[in-house]
Amino acid sequence: MDTMPQHLPTQASAVRVRRSRQVADRALKVTCILFTVLGVIVLGWILVMLLIEGTRGLSPIIFTQTTPGPGTEGGGIANALVGSLILTVLGIAVATPIGVLAGTYLAEYGKGSKLANVIRFVNDVLLAAPSILIGLFVYTLMVQPMGSYSGWAGGVALAIIAIPVIVRTTEDMLSLVPGSLREAGVALGAPLSTVITSITWRAARAGMVTGVLLATARIAGETAPLLFTALNNNFWFKPSLMGGVSNLPVMIYQFALAPYQNWRELAWAGALIITLSILALSVVARLILKKDKAR
Amino acid sequence: MSPIAVTASQAIGHSAPADLDAPVRIGVRNLNFYYGDFRGLKDISLDFYDRQVTALIGPSGCGKSTLLRTFNRIYSLYPEQRAEGEILLDGQNVLAPNVDVNELRARVGMVFQKPTPFPMSIYDNVAFGIRLYEKLPKSQLDDRVEEALHKAALWDEVKDKLRQSGMGLSGGQQQRLCIARTIAQRPEVILLDEPTSALDPISTGKIEELIEQLRTEFTIVIVTHNMQQAARISQFTAFMYLGELVEFGPTNKMFMNPNKKQTQDYITGRFG
Repeated sequence: MDTMPQHLPTQASAVRVRRSRQVADRALKVTCILFTVLGVIVLGWILVMLLIEGTRGLSPIIFTQTTPGPGTEGGGIANALVGSLILTVLGIAVATPIGVLAGTYLAEYGKGSKLANVIRFVNDVLLAAPSILIGLFVYTLMVQPMGSYSGWAGGVALAIIAIPVIVRTTEDMLSLVPGSLREAGVALGAPLSTVITSITWRAARAGMVTGVLLATARIAGETAPLLFTALNNNFWFKPSLMGGVSNLPVMIYQFALAPYQNWRELAWAGALIITLSILALSVVARLILKKDKAR
Repeated sequence: MSPIAVTASQAIGHSAPADLDAPVRIGVRNLNFYYGDFRGLKDISLDFYDRQVTALIGPSGCGKSTLLRTFNRIYSLYPEQRAEGEILLDGQNVLAPNVDVNELRARVGMVFQKPTPFPMSIYDNVAFGIRLYEKLPKSQLDDRVEEALHKAALWDEVKDKLRQSGMGLSGGQQQRLCIARTIAQRPEVILLDEPTSALDPISTGKIEELIEQLRTEFTIVIVTHNMQQAARISQFTAFMYLGELVEFGPTNKMFMNPNKKQTQDYITGRFG
């Protein structure tokens, strides 16, 4: 048997292999950068268009006037803005307790149980459910029996979108809390309920709040679930929230496709406002998490 | 107090001798413990004496922590774990089904390997256990918190920042905070599960001094991997191996002149 050098590649072939590896390495790196840039360009394009077109329609008047009827001049989006705000708050108010408590069940009580596994699976399915289906579901559940579109139905539809998001983040955040913290609470003689409410919730607080904020951002721009529930119109909604409740996403959907210049401008302005609000929510969510990490 | 090799005789100089007349505080009788089908403890019978420090030693997986975790029934958080036999705390079997485990845990405090400060202020950390079982006026609660922090030798370091988060303290301070939180509740027994294994030598030294002082008031059971530590701070030592109690006795006897060869081999570092 000869000694080792026999098994090693010759000088020339080693150089060749090294070079081809370097080429492959560069190729992958360049491709990755290329596609990243492509994605950022598309995103930037959307944002720039939105800023240019949106600011054109932006004026103090749109915050005071209601959406204009067909063929009328001017007009604003005050009713849609307030309507959206109400629907979003309604949706998140319904979804937060349900989502947080269900997430808590999954992370604290049901951990590893069959029921929890089933719930987790169903929740993941719901998370990916087409939002138009949820709109139709609430239509048959609430709009048909009540005989009218309503803000309540819109709020419930949005809540159904938000619940799985909150369940998921709550469970994930609670699962990150070390088990030793729970044991330490239990070891002081605290019942599990006290441990959860005053120790684990507190430890996971920032993450849970972030989850709720992200769910808010998610439903603030949802259109499909509102098409069949809150509908939309050009008037202020009734205090009872019965009948159509104007809202930004459906307003944008209807106005953007309209043949009237002022409608299209209002749609752009509405889109800009929604985007900026969602951006603000996301930034706040990130700040909360960052501050918590620094603590 | 260096953790490097000290001979047993040198080390024993630190701890007070065992009080052989001390009354029994915890009596373990034919205790068996199961993790699902795995039998983690095999027929353990053993007494723990009032206001003495008992060290549980043995190689990893021998059942030291398992035994410790039966005293406050904290294992019952995990449905697949169960204990059979008797653990008599002042004559009452804590494994009996009618025992209120929360009340039991208020009487038997526990400190863990890693410091576990709650995400709240230093003051609220210490007050947490007290508030669970006693409704005290503010001034009395303040006194109890201060007293506990004094006993845990932490008061001077935190007295000006009681409202700050307990998470901001150093590891050693956090562990003393956890000890303060435990003693604030005025338990009868304190269980320490490797309380210094995550700490540096200086913090370890402080906690060991603290244990020596706490002994005058509480019955202490400590699990430790550090033989010198066991020799330094305990009056009694139990050596366990593979879920069985191999030997139990006064610490100086265990370290100087054990009855069993296995104990001697472990203590002198021949295995484990």
